[in-house]
Amino acid sequence: MNPAIDGVAASRGGDDRAALPRLKSELLELNMGPQHPSTHGVLRLLIHTDGEIVHSVRPYIGYLHRCAEKIGEGCDCRQFVVYTDRLDYLAPMNCNFGYVVAVEKLMGIAVPERAEHIRVICAELQRIASHLIAFGTFGLDMGAWTPLLYAFREREVILNIFERLCGGRMLYNYYDIGGVRFDLPDGFAEEVVDFIDMFERKLDEYNTLLSYNKIFIERTADVGVLSVADANAYGCTGPVLRGSGVAWDCRRDDPYSIYDRFEFDVPTGQGEMGTVGDSWDRYMVRIREMAESCRIVRQAVKALPEGPIRTPELKKIVKVPAGAAYTRTESSKGELGFYVIADGGATPFRLKIRSPSFSNLHVIEKIGPGQMISDLVATVGSLDLVLGEIDR
Amino acid sequence: MEQVTALFARIAGAGTLSPQLLLWLGALTMALIMALVMAACAIVFTWAERKVAGFIQSRYGPMRVGRWHGIAQPIADMLKILQKEDIIPADADRKFFILAPFVLFIGSLMAWAAIPFAPGFVAADLDMGLLYIFAASSLVTIGILMSGWASNNKWSLYGAARGAAQIVSYEIPLALAVVPVVLYAGSLNMTDIVVAQQGGIWKWFALRNPFLFVSFLIYFLASIAEVNRTPFDLPETESELVAGYHTEYSGMRFAFFFLAEYANLFLVSCIATAVFLGGWGHPVPGLNFAPALVFLAKAVLLVLAQIWIRWTLPRLRVDQLMHVCWKVMIPLALVCLAGSGVWMLAFVRFA
Repeated sequence: MNPAIDGVAASRGGDDRAALPRLKSELLELNMGPQHPSTHGVLRLLIHTDGEIVHSVRPYIGYLHRCAEKIGEGCDCRQFVVYTDRLDYLAPMNCNFGYVVAVEKLMGIAVPERAEHIRVICAELQRIASHLIAFGTFGLDMGAWTPLLYAFREREVILNIFERLCGGRMLYNYYDIGGVRFDLPDGFAEEVVDFIDMFERKLDEYNTLLSYNKIFIERTADVGVLSVADANAYGCTGPVLRGSGVAWDCRRDDPYSIYDRFEFDVPTGQGEMGTVGDSWDRYMVRIREMAESCRIVRQAVKALPEGPIRTPELKKIVKVPAGAAYTRTESSKGELGFYVIADGGATPFRLKIRSPSFSNLHVIEKIGPGQMISDLVATVGSLDLVLGEIDR
Repeated sequence: MEQVTALFARIAGAGTLSPQLLLWLGALTMALIMALVMAACAIVFTWAERKVAGFIQSRYGPMRVGRWHGIAQPIADMLKILQKEDIIPADADRKFFILAPFVLFIGSLMAWAAIPFAPGFVAADLDMGLLYIFAASSLVTIGILMSGWASNNKWSLYGAARGAAQIVSYEIPLALAVVPVVLYAGSLNMTDIVVAQQGGIWKWFALRNPFLFVSFLIYFLASIAEVNRTPFDLPETESELVAGYHTEYSGMRFAFFFLAEYANLFLVSCIATAVFLGGWGHPVPGLNFAPALVFLAKAVLLVLAQIWIRWTLPRLRVDQLMHVCWKVMIPLALVCLAGSGVWMLAFVRFA
């Protein structure tokens, strides 16, 4: 007999098994993914269920493995930026940012002021775009289709801004070692401010439509509660950690680039609708972060100086000196770390990427069991995973 | 149906056809008309659903096929789906797999027989019409269970189990909500129920007393669950169960599920129109519309309301769904039943 089933039978208070000695029950093994509408990519969850109740969850990853780290050892630092686009394909600007910061730290070069501001503006716009996808697809997981379309409508404006900036709509390859690749097009600042003005009003619309909808709260409050201890043990970062009530944000607590100059709050889960660290809290942290990103963009646009957009003395092929550098940046999913070790050759000796989604995913083993299948979908959705980053 | 039979008799000349044959001819004609009307409605509603969804989501929906706002899109879809390969999974239970879509479809088709669209325009003017409708539409449960089991797919099985539990549960508030109407009308005959509501908007059962109004709301919500639509679309929950009980279906068999869904959607709206909203009666005095058009207009409005709800709300969880049914709707429906009875005693004098 399966101990899990025995436990369930006992907890249901009946010794029914004595009355039905020949009735054999077993857990149902269910493969959720890699082709499944709500696994946000090619994630495969092997779940065992007793009826609608999930008994165990085990994520299987690697369907999107592209050897990103190994490629990083084979090409020079400037060439690798294009591969970072493909890590978290919903937030390529943030990934670019993380990598160039690591290489610049290793090389010990300073970035011109204008480039720093442009970087921050792009990173925060990208964070909004990424959180919009998280918001939309989470609504979709909950059975609400319309928020996704609204999210894409606003994201489209950001994509248009980026397209004018660098030509790309999905993969930008915009950040460069020592700066950014292109200067801002005419009217960029006005365009961004117009978008922020429009977008801040849209956030209220999202809250009315989804965040404070009774059914939505019923579905997400008290679902997939992640305690601070578990979040720390699994190395969760980003909105997943902040949803559990920990106010930790690299941009504020371990500032990189010029984030220490801007004023913004770090929203955390308060357990308004249920327990601290439930799916609603994680969701709401993202909604509030979008408002904070708007604040940062406003300040950065206002302070945008004139000047060069790239460190002038860098050659076409960037040679990194021997040594090692680790940097962490706050991407839209959490702490994105790049560890670059160089031996003085043309390419890095070793490149290690610490992707936030990878750590965030694995808490599902801990908080998944005991829920219903629908809640598992809600929990996975609230973690906002991107498989490109998990598998690398 | 009597008119149709009489028409046949007149065409052939009195006395040339046996009454038995006339009856069969009449029944077949009515069935054909009903099936065509139903298929046409289902096709129009797939287009309407996409357009309304488009408007709600600030986009256009279909715009190309058929020049005017993609009006021919459903026809293009049907043609496409007809050409699709008919796949039956290797391990499926072939007999039931093939049979299931038809059982589902026939279930909703049968119920149409007792819907009175206009005075005299009803395929079968049964004395227990309301009971018959509920009985016939329960066949849908069998169809869902069959498809889920026969597909030999775990997701389908989940969908089928959820679907069966949901529909069986929601039939109770659905039926309880119409009992007060039966009290008022004193009949289960659908035509009688509609006739009892003629003579002004305040004669409509939904507006006769507050309890009946709540009954109408209960009926409306339960009917959304009955046709598996958001926020009660648990049997097919795209984001959880892939496509629920029809995951393994493709081509024409899938189209049957699709048609049955929209036919059911329209069916429950027609029942609501006949039972609660005065059927073909309209409030404008002296204006003589075609009664069937008035009936259809009301039903279409109800369908639009259901489409609107679908594209606005998230979905409930399976236990919350049962909670709403057993702990909220059924007690409330019983209260409404008792309240309507008391109201009748207090305010309506028995003739």
